Amino acid sequence: MDTKEIIPEKKHHQFITENTDFEVRSLDMGINESELKHPWWYNLKYLAAGVFFGIVLVKSEVISWFRIQEMFRLQSFHMYGVIGSAVLTGMLSVLLIKKFKVKTIYGEPIEFPEKKFNKGQIYGGLIFGFGWALTGACPGPLYALIGTGATVIIIALFSAIAGTWVYGKFREKLPH
Amino acid sequence: MFLNIFTSPWPWYVAGPLIGLMVPMLLIVGNKSFGISSSLRHVCAACFPANISFFKYDWRREAWNLFFVSGILIGAFLVAQFFSDPNPVQINPKLTTELTGYGITNYKGLVPNDLFSWQNLFTIKGFILIVIGGFLVGFGTRYAGGCTSGHSIMGLSSLQRGSLIATMSFMAGGFIMANLILPYILKLF
Repeated sequence: MDTKEIIPEKKHHQFITENTDFEVRSLDMGINESELKHPWWYNLKYLAAGVFFGIVLVKSEVISWFRIQEMFRLQSFHMYGVIGSAVLTGMLSVLLIKKFKVKTIYGEPIEFPEKKFNKGQIYGGLIFGFGWALTGACPGPLYALIGTGATVIIIALFSAIAGTWVYGKFREKLPH
Repeated sequence: MFLNIFTSPWPWYVAGPLIGLMVPMLLIVGNKSFGISSSLRHVCAACFPANISFFKYDWRREAWNLFFVSGILIGAFLVAQFFSDPNPVQINPKLTTELTGYGITNYKGLVPNDLFSWQNLFTIKGFILIVIGGFLVGFGTRYAGGCTSGHSIMGLSSLQRGSLIATMSFMAGGFIMANLILPYILKLF
């Protein structure tokens, strides 16, 4: 992976090395290079995947503010069941993909970006938790709720975009 | 009877595995890591980069993520139009009792209409729940490097230690807010 990294300028290099957030690195490096060769409509399959995910989010009621409040008050098993069984299914899938070296439909080997530990996961995680309990929605459900017709959630989504922007603006000054 | 399967809510043991299957689906279809919150960053990069290095990258390469979240919106719309559950969400009576004490009486929607509506946007508690809450979600998720899908589902599925720590922090933050702070907010006007 490291051999593929091409750093065009020094300033950029500095930004990358100071950066503890691997997700950022992978974005800046563009791990999905094959995407460039595809016409835009190849992305429609992700639209379809999103439709499927949106249906599940609504039908499972995990986008309900009430369900989130129940979860944080330990008043229902529902959310724990959903997240727990989702993680188990995901783990099993990843295990099988690794064991059988499953490739993508385009024949590329499947990569798993590493999410290295940094303190942002604690500070940011707590802040996210506060927001999650207030809005009753993490980012996926924000989109889903708007789709169900709870239009005021558009404001929450704009706020979330603003929050992301403010983080980007001050990230160098924040402890990571 | 047949239609009931579609209109009634799905139990956790149906919904959870289906959500988990998003992980291999996106990997196999194009080497994509399941995650939603990056879309918020791509919107910043596309619309308001403001010369901030964090937003200076080619967001078009990550456009799949924007297609994905648009799909979520469409999927949710389809359910609401054609397969929506006519009954309110079945919640723990203890929660109903607590919320009724704060004047929340409408349990019909997925979100309480007494809090999340355009009329309530400019009440103090409405503003805190919708505007401040949304801001904290967007700020926190990027600070943590992912959200419930990116860390808790995708990260835990691929056994990332950082994702476990992030997930525990999400839950800790949620527990603190819901139990210790939210009761005071709900008492506000």
